Amino acid sequence: MRRAYYKNNWIAALLVAPQLIIVFTFFYFPTAQALYWAFTLEQPWGGGNTWVGFDNFKAILGDSLYWASIWVSIVYAIGSTTLAVGMALTLAIFADRQLSGYKVYKIGMIWPYAIAAPAVGLAFRFIFSPGAGIMMFVNQMFPEIWNPVENGNQAMAMVIIAGAWKQVAYNFIFFLAGLQSIPRSLIEAGAMDGARVLRRMRDIQLPLLAPTFFFVLVINITDSFTDSFGIVDTMTAGGPSRATNLMVYKIFNDGFQGLDYSGAAAQSIILMLLVIALTFVQFRYIERKVHYT
Amino acid sequence: MTKTYPALAALALALCATTASAEKIKFDYWYGLSGDLGAVLAQTCDRFNASQDKYEAVCTGYDGYELVVQSAIAAFRAGKAPALLQSFDAGTADLMMSGQFYAVTQMMKDYNIEINWADYFPGIANYYSSSKGEMFSMPFNSSTAVMYYNTDDLASVNMPVPANWEEFDATLKALKAKNPSKCAYGYEPQVWVDLEQYSSINNVALATNNNGYDGLDTQYVYNTTSAVKHMEDIKSWLDAGLAEMKVSAGGMNSQEAFAQNICSFFFGSIANHSSLNIKHADNLNWDVAMIPTEKGVERHNSVVGGASLWVLAGKTEEEYRGVAEYLKFISTPDSIKFWVSNTGYIPVTASAYDSLVAEGFYAAAPYKGREVAIASLTATVPGPLNRGFRLGSMIQHRAEWLSEVQAALSGQKSVQEAYDTSVERGNAMLEKFAKTYAGKTLP
Repeated sequence: MRRAYYKNNWIAALLVAPQLIIVFTFFYFPTAQALYWAFTLEQPWGGGNTWVGFDNFKAILGDSLYWASIWVSIVYAIGSTTLAVGMALTLAIFADRQLSGYKVYKIGMIWPYAIAAPAVGLAFRFIFSPGAGIMMFVNQMFPEIWNPVENGNQAMAMVIIAGAWKQVAYNFIFFLAGLQSIPRSLIEAGAMDGARVLRRMRDIQLPLLAPTFFFVLVINITDSFTDSFGIVDTMTAGGPSRATNLMVYKIFNDGFQGLDYSGAAAQSIILMLLVIALTFVQFRYIERKVHYT
Repeated sequence: MTKTYPALAALALALCATTASAEKIKFDYWYGLSGDLGAVLAQTCDRFNASQDKYEAVCTGYDGYELVVQSAIAAFRAGKAPALLQSFDAGTADLMMSGQFYAVTQMMKDYNIEINWADYFPGIANYYSSSKGEMFSMPFNSSTAVMYYNTDDLASVNMPVPANWEEFDATLKALKAKNPSKCAYGYEPQVWVDLEQYSSINNVALATNNNGYDGLDTQYVYNTTSAVKHMEDIKSWLDAGLAEMKVSAGGMNSQEAFAQNICSFFFGSIANHSSLNIKHADNLNWDVAMIPTEKGVERHNSVVGGASLWVLAGKTEEEYRGVAEYLKFISTPDSIKFWVSNTGYIPVTASAYDSLVAEGFYAAAPYKGREVAIASLTATVPGPLNRGFRLGSMIQHRAEWLSEVQAALSGQKSVQEAYDTSVERGNAMLEKFAKTYAGKTLP
């Protein structure tokens, strides 16, 4: 294959520069700042900071409730990713089969992704409200069965569903594109050999969809760790009794509301390392099973 | 056509010149009130600007105190902070320790503006003063917590307005006996009411060092006071069905439940008085009273809530002159009346309050009842335990308190265990706060 490249490196540098500047300004610079703050005690209004070495990390990692927060984040990540990927895949397969009305459906499915997380949170807060929303009818049929205000597991389920709902649209687009790029001839050949719909799906479509699946998985897990705060903030505020206190929400709470910049910075570094580690594991162990065509 | 251009250009130039000469000196003012209250605050800016030909307040509203303080800090570190900032109680300790402000008493003295500082209610002035009594920030929107009650429901059981928690308990039982299907007390965990106001009114300590005023090496002690028993009472009311949990996450908070005539009692800020007036069920008759005390305990003053105005360091003299004019403007009786009549907040000076009383402001609806807040704030001259709280990381401590109370109320642990944990975690925060400002002392 022939490679096209610029002979004039200056033009190339110039073209890449805007992107690099953005990455440095909004990613590397804040990360470096957070790293520095994590090892100091920073006074919010400026006016100096003291170097404390690993004290912030020791305090955080020695806190059993912080480990609970990590655990809650992992539960949320697994729950919302499984749900979001599963639902998106099912819906994409239906849309790909061109059942009646699939064109409207295709566009409608993309919309939820354009809704801001706090808005999703508000909508679901109403839906799941034990005293006002749709779940009220369930509570009338089976009294006291649904009360996320006091029941931590139910609150978690509620947050997972809202988070997954928002993510389904994004996944759907990728799955549908992936399915449509599978050559029709392969599926037709399978059909002529007598394979039924489910068989074709299992032996042809899903294996060929593996690269898309892997991509969506990585994005979803990362996203569930970093982008879940808007939903938690509007739906549960981390409660009841820390049941939905995700790591990213705790960072927001400590840093942006409580002005504990150093503690929040240290937590950000821990979260960043966790996400890097998870992504590494995915590339190392799951990507092996993916065959790119 | 082309001939008109030079003429137009000349006209434009002339316009620019005139606006430049008449340009007012601007200063930035950031505030955290939003919604209806934010709109009224914006009007105070407009009123000031209309009254001025020299200075102009450029007012920017944020959605909440946390956000405005956070934004101001970011701007301050970048050298673009506003000259005037509305900051809340929980932000006070950090601001005081930083020293990055211009004390209002000093500023008014520097610019020869007469303000009668002794006129401010002591309960309000103390909160925003140094340990030596110098007022650092300008009291502005001040409130305190009160008890809202349904007058019809109370009359239906022939009970007086409960003055202590034992009477409150009896009232709840009577209400429940009379009408078992109605929610007697819509409860929502509010650290400000259930712990902070409680401690001040009953004269018990929240923390050592006179609630943090005397030093940074402070520790919370509320797990050893009657505040524990009070929380246990609340839990027993909830367990017995005398109180019901009404929080936003459940679809309706305690204020909404009261306004829609679903619950007979609710506790909240006097600032809600005006929104309740505007929005409540047609068949609701209501009034406010002071928060009950423990039985046999002499009532002390409650703690001021709301926010005050801080002048930030690092601005030009001209801007400070503008800010001083603005602070003078909002301290006039006319401005105070405008502010308190359009919001539920209370007047911050005794003279403004007296003149409002004299003209019969509090005699009739919709303002009747708001004088209860003043009575509550001035119940006693603030002693060492009723001045307020000078504690670092207050927001995080409040979050810990809420988490632990939720755990206790849902039966995961006892109230004592919950308070022990919350105190222990709060103390770790105070220790960290003291370390952050190592070598400094509270002014």
